[in-house]
Amino acid sequence: MKVTIDNLSKKFGDVVGVENLTLHIEDGEFVAFLGPSGCGKTTTLLTLAGIYKPTDGVIRFGERIVNTVQPKDRNIGMVFQSYALYPHMTVFQNIAYPLKLKKVSKADQHDRVRQVANVMGIGELLDRRPGQLSGGQQQRVALGRALVKEPDVLLFDEPLSNLDARLRLTMRGEIKHLQKDLGITSIYVTHDQVEAMTMADRIAVMSGGHLQAFDSPDELYDRPKTQFVAGFVGNPPMNFVDVSVQASNGRFFAETESLRLEVQKARGAPPASHDGPVVMGIRPEDIQIASNGLVSGEIFVVEPLGREDLIDVRVGRHSFLLLADTENRHQAGERVSLAFDMEQVQFFDPETEKSLLWQ
Amino acid sequence: MSEQAKTSDSSVPRGILGSNALKSYLGAYGFMAPAGILVIVFFLIPVAIVLYLSVTNLASSNFTSDLAKMEFVGLKNYQTLLNDQFARKIFFNTIFYVLVTLSIFNVSLALIVSLLTTHIDRNAGFVFRALWILPRITSPVVYILIWKRMTAEAPFGIINQFNEAFGQPTYNYLATNPWVFVVVVNGFIGVSFGMIIFTSAIESIPKDLLNASLVDGSSKLQRIRYVIMPLIRWPLLFVVTYQTLSLLTSFVEIQLLTDGGPGLYRTEVWSLTAYHRALSNYFGNAQWGYGSAFAVLLVMIGVVLAVIYMRVFRFDELIAEPRVEAL
Ligand SMILES: Nc1ncnc2c1ncn2[C@@H]1O[C@H](COP(=O)(O)OP(=O)(O)O)[C@@H](O)[C@H]1O
Ligand SMILES: [Mg+2]
Repeated sequence: MKVTIDNLSKKFGDVVGVENLTLHIEDGEFVAFLGPSGCGKTTTLLTLAGIYKPTDGVIRFGERIVNTVQPKDRNIGMVFQSYALYPHMTVFQNIAYPLKLKKVSKADQHDRVRQVANVMGIGELLDRRPGQLSGGQQQRVALGRALVKEPDVLLFDEPLSNLDARLRLTMRGEIKHLQKDLGITSIYVTHDQVEAMTMADRIAVMSGGHLQAFDSPDELYDRPKTQFVAGFVGNPPMNFVDVSVQASNGRFFAETESLRLEVQKARGAPPASHDGPVVMGIRPEDIQIASNGLVSGEIFVVEPLGREDLIDVRVGRHSFLLLADTENRHQAGERVSLAFDMEQVQFFDPETEKSLLWQ
Repeated sequence: MSEQAKTSDSSVPRGILGSNALKSYLGAYGFMAPAGILVIVFFLIPVAIVLYLSVTNLASSNFTSDLAKMEFVGLKNYQTLLNDQFARKIFFNTIFYVLVTLSIFNVSLALIVSLLTTHIDRNAGFVFRALWILPRITSPVVYILIWKRMTAEAPFGIINQFNEAFGQPTYNYLATNPWVFVVVVNGFIGVSFGMIIFTSAIESIPKDLLNASLVDGSSKLQRIRYVIMPLIRWPLLFVVTYQTLSLLTSFVEIQLLTDGGPGLYRTEVWSLTAYHRALSNYFGNAQWGYGSAFAVLLVMIGVVLAVIYMRVFRFDELIAEPRVEAL
């Protein structure tokens, strides 16, 4: 089912939950809402679910305007961060609840609950109460309950945040697989950009109740349209430096008092024609410690991540995060030279925080 | 939970104090002492005294404050009570009064008020609940005076003034329909207790759970039936039990409104009888011994009821079973 959101606003008195949101979600698409805590993700989701009435704007499921349609008449499934299982019902009763409300016959309820439970790998647990289950099992029950009525739209509100890291990885794969299998249009709220990047077809990046970008993960990563998106997407985050970009003899240079880096024309020309200083963004993976590097700095701190080290290097008054092989055993205080891969560099207008490269 | 219990268990310094369990829990008993002493002084000792009085024939005529000099009469008071031609009537009066007031007001109306006020705007809900608390926080004497004024005969009574204004016949309500007013007057006070308990129980249900039910396809009424009601079962049990017992023992409002009348024991209830016999100058003679017998039976009925309630509501099922960690 297509989900169309046009100029949606939801306000709680003076508090803005979400403002002027426009998103067109295709049938069968997996869309992630990504943004920091308090940016309006849950508000948007609950408005889609019909729990909140929009203050303004139009929501369509397919061609039908659903602004005032009751949640029960929307045929949606929802998975909550807290799982929201009914503690007084068994696992079976929890999953059967949506069917019971739809007045599905007892025999059909039984078949469909069994089927869903088997898909979710919780067939053995149907007689237990939620209180007797582990977090991962509860999450599967919640997912089963959302799926059992074959919803047109699936809504997820940070469903994996309460799970431990390993389980999160497993469930991430399972949810994505299931969604592709069933082809149900899904909206997945998360503040974890890795989840969004790995699972979603497209990501809506939100901040302060506003939509910052709506694009595929690759687009967001390679061609971020705002500095917020550039900084939020990618882990560890992009490095930002105030520079001025100068053109000389058809070549372009990004300069500060302690740096002078050449940029190719395609990336250098737009910032060069911008009045005054600009913000340069470069990802940690585009900086290498190399003996032939042109920039020299001092290692401030080394954080071992296991597979690699996250290193904070100070160059003059700037600080760069970068990733280095653990085998090199870098130490804090060590002097190193850095090589910058300027082909992936980004430039932003410091006033509007908009990209100077991509519109 | 069990993890915590274990650690606090093992943290008791048995090594220092030796193996004496009593000694090692001295601190705990110390903290319990103030409450324990209050219970003993203001509950257990009075109960013991009333029990003792109920097997004596202490009355105004043979009054003594020396327990040893009181005349022991065995179960004679209880025999008299069973043969008392009015005790039967008063017993059924009491059952009628408690059942009707409890079911209509203290539980049902309390539940309805809290469900309604938690489904509307928060502030409006608060105002409505505040109004329902007024009867309870008004002094009983003032509150009953208001009702007496409302139900008084024409031309004074407010209800009768309306009757007259609309050309209806007037009534002496407390004489013609005393039970209606006994129940309503007590019921209006009784609503607020359950209302407060139910409201806080409903409001402490996680929002996600309530939203989940709507998304799963329930209407608001179905959500009340399938999710909210089961989740407030324990507060419901508590209110039913507690309010039964407090209705059984409350009599001030009835005393002020009808004093058990009109006529012979028309609205007399058990606790009021205990009071009349033991403490009010009934027939010119306060029968402390006989009144105590009424009081003792009341306590016993209360205890039996409390146990039955616990059984009916399957108290043990309300306690969560231990978690099985897996996966
Ligand atoms: N029911 C509500 N009443 C008032 N303010 C709310 C309510 N729900 C959310 N908000 C406010 O709306 C903003 C967005 O909240 P939310 O959608 O929960 O953010 P997120 O899910 O992205 O963390 C926050 O400032 C929050 O305080
Ligand atoms: Mg949220």
